[in-house]
Amino acid sequence: MAHAFGILSFGAYLPRARLQRKAVATANGWFAPGLKGLGKGERAIGNWDEDTITMAVEAARDCLGDLDRTSLQQVVLASTTHPFDDRQNATVLATALHLPSALRTADAAGSQRAGTGALIAALAGRERTLVVAADMRRARAGSTQEMQYGDGAAALLVGEGEPVARLLGAHTESVDFVHQYRMHDRNSDYGWEERWIRDEGYLKLVPRAVGALLERCGVEPGAVAHFCMPGTLSKVQAAVARKCGLAEGAVRDPLGQVVGDTGAAHPLLMLAAALEDAQPGDKVLVAGFGEGCDALLLEVGEGRGAARRGVRGALADRREESNYLRWLSFTGTLDLERGMRAEVDKATAMTVLYRNREMIEGMVGGRCRACGTVQFPRQRYCVNPECNALDSQDDYVFSERTGKVLSYTADGLTYSPDPPTYFGMVQVDGGGRLLMDFTEVDPASMDVGLPVRMVFRIKDADPNRGFVRYFWKAAPARA
Amino acid sequence: MASGIRDKVVILGMGCSKFGERWDANAQDLMVEAFEEALQDAGIERRQIDAAWLGTAIEEQHVGKSAVPLAMTLRLPYIPVTRVENYCATGTEALRGAVYAVASGAADIALALGVEKLKDTGYGGLPQRSRGALNDLFWPNLSAPGSFAQLAAAYRAKHGANKDDLKRAMAHISVKSHANAARNAKAHLRNPITEEDVLKAPMIAEPLGLYDCCGVSDGSACAIVTTPDIARGLGRKDLVAVKALQVAVSNGEEVQFDRWDGSYFATTRVAAARAYREAGISKPRDQVSLVDVHDCFSVTELVTMEDLQLSPEGTAIRDVLDGFYDADGQLPCQIDGGLKCFGHPIGASGLRMVYEMYLQLSGRAGERQRAAPVWGMTHNLGGFPSQNVSSVTIVGQYGA
Repeated sequence: MAHAFGILSFGAYLPRARLQRKAVATANGWFAPGLKGLGKGERAIGNWDEDTITMAVEAARDCLGDLDRTSLQQVVLASTTHPFDDRQNATVLATALHLPSALRTADAAGSQRAGTGALIAALAGRERTLVVAADMRRARAGSTQEMQYGDGAAALLVGEGEPVARLLGAHTESVDFVHQYRMHDRNSDYGWEERWIRDEGYLKLVPRAVGALLERCGVEPGAVAHFCMPGTLSKVQAAVARKCGLAEGAVRDPLGQVVGDTGAAHPLLMLAAALEDAQPGDKVLVAGFGEGCDALLLEVGEGRGAARRGVRGALADRREESNYLRWLSFTGTLDLERGMRAEVDKATAMTVLYRNREMIEGMVGGRCRACGTVQFPRQRYCVNPECNALDSQDDYVFSERTGKVLSYTADGLTYSPDPPTYFGMVQVDGGGRLLMDFTEVDPASMDVGLPVRMVFRIKDADPNRGFVRYFWKAAPARA
Repeated sequence: MASGIRDKVVILGMGCSKFGERWDANAQDLMVEAFEEALQDAGIERRQIDAAWLGTAIEEQHVGKSAVPLAMTLRLPYIPVTRVENYCATGTEALRGAVYAVASGAADIALALGVEKLKDTGYGGLPQRSRGALNDLFWPNLSAPGSFAQLAAAYRAKHGANKDDLKRAMAHISVKSHANAARNAKAHLRNPITEEDVLKAPMIAEPLGLYDCCGVSDGSACAIVTTPDIARGLGRKDLVAVKALQVAVSNGEEVQFDRWDGSYFATTRVAAARAYREAGISKPRDQVSLVDVHDCFSVTELVTMEDLQLSPEGTAIRDVLDGFYDADGQLPCQIDGGLKCFGHPIGASGLRMVYEMYLQLSGRAGERQRAAPVWGMTHNLGGFPSQNVSSVTIVGQYGA
């Protein structure tokens, strides 16, 4: 496949912590003994300092690698769990990615189909678009959803170039079939009976969309090599595939045992996983279910896109979490006694945040034109005592740099939602240094000289005003 | 270099309140306690004071802003009063204001008073506050022990020091300060402890355990200074003079420039070198009789011994374990218990250190008295290892 419009690159992100479902079943067994049957495998759970935006940033970085970012024309962030109802989440994402301000940004929301819908729109358009879907799913303690959901993100770069995959066609059935819903002021989804969802929903609406799509594209069902359809109902993928006439071997694992269902992100996450395995010429069918069905048919090309860690890498980078109570406190379900130190006012001055948005959200420092010294933050005078030149610094992006730990501690006194707080001085490769928070630390491997990379995370929350602020943290650089 | 402060100003009187968890006292009570002692020691009346400096760091915790609280509490008669704040080096800054005023001839007699009332927060440790609207957006979420604990990691990496040796030296430092404070009625923590107590204490910020951290205390300390001529005119003999008073403040090199290795205080090294030159000291390890350093944490004291050129670089662990800095060692450090055990009411600490040197040089240190001290040195630090305010003060017999 030569030059064409299509998917040019893709990436994924899963939080490192994988909650062991057995721990959830054990903790809730006294009340919901029925959960025991679901108490197998693990699900991805976001850290306390992660949300939909921070996961989206990581998936986007995985997708973009060192590809040129300045040519992007559009960024869409699809989710049903955007942190902000008003303040465009995609703009925070774009700022963290250090994208130019001449850019169309949009949030796509409101449905499990938000991700597939955004991807169809991008592929149907002509613009170089970054589509990111992420969800930090909410569920009640002791619910089936809590067991079956997962947190994660996927990103796809769409545009003109040598495609990893090209769209053959798309079809959407919009049907107000309410298998679950969540109104604005609620913290969890309300779902209806599973047998009805399977028989009247998946087994009727998906085949209708897939059938229409394949017919329009003139593709026989048996020619589909990869069928990507999320769904937590038992064996629903195989049942739908049978009904659509798809080959049994085409059905892809919905990652239920290792990730859980990542909501609006999940069709795209499954697509990313399929693209990692696919051969040129393979046909990939993606179905997103929710108030109807989005169906996309793609053909895999010769393009590879950016070097990535991908779904495979994200799955491998894991830490088993068996502390169910810790996770409940992260999600706000458990009203933990946090002590007086947690009472410090975290008010953010929007004026200050705006003036310093590139420094804070993009981790942009300076490089002195006079002496070459790289420094963070960028100040009016160069920090080099032999230079001290005035207004001599160009922007210098620290976020994509690696570094090494120069000093560190595990601070058990200062308030943290997950004590102790690890922080220290990081010497950045290529110059510059700063004292910064660490995250995703393995206590045993923490030492001077440890290689780190920068990750965009929640710095702290302001419960009084309902605001979170973000900055970059150093995370151990894992393969 | 300027001619410096040596022998231009002498101490006329000093006072220091009892440090500790002063549930009984407001900041105002602590100020009066220190001031009354200093005034009686100086043998003057308050109307003879020409100017005053108030040192207090966390003003929102007790007295509020400005120097007005000092003037109102002590009923100072419409004289110029200035409030200073420079992190935990605040007390020394108050002293510097008073000393410079006298040295310049603008004041004949000047007062410096430091006070802090920390135990009204409802929790242990220092009050946690905003660090500024921009800093709050990118500074790590750190506590004081966490920021000073960084020294240990960097020091070990630089000198290839064994983790256990370092921890043992840190423990020795705290055991020594507890032993010293047991002989100081004004000290906050007077219970003797063992090395085992230190090593088994709960971890605060790795590798600093509970006993590696100084006391958080209420207290006040006060100095009245004047010229040697006026002091003699008031009938004073054996004057204790200020020999050096130096401050160095970080400009961002440590935290932003790629040179500093995190294992020492760049500021202290500069301030110490300047202070020795000002005082005329060429071999500090041999010449300094007594030293009180800013031992906010055991590891701070350890690396400071090298920054002050008292231990050659990389040898502080050995000196500490050899007892070089013990009360009966060659160069006693924290003979009054230090921040660790005398306590650390922030604004008062710099003045409290000088108070002990003044008592020692005047032969009035009671059972802590060392034989014939010549040079007494204090080191008062504020901030974080990566950006801080460091001060070095040297006092000695006038004319010596």
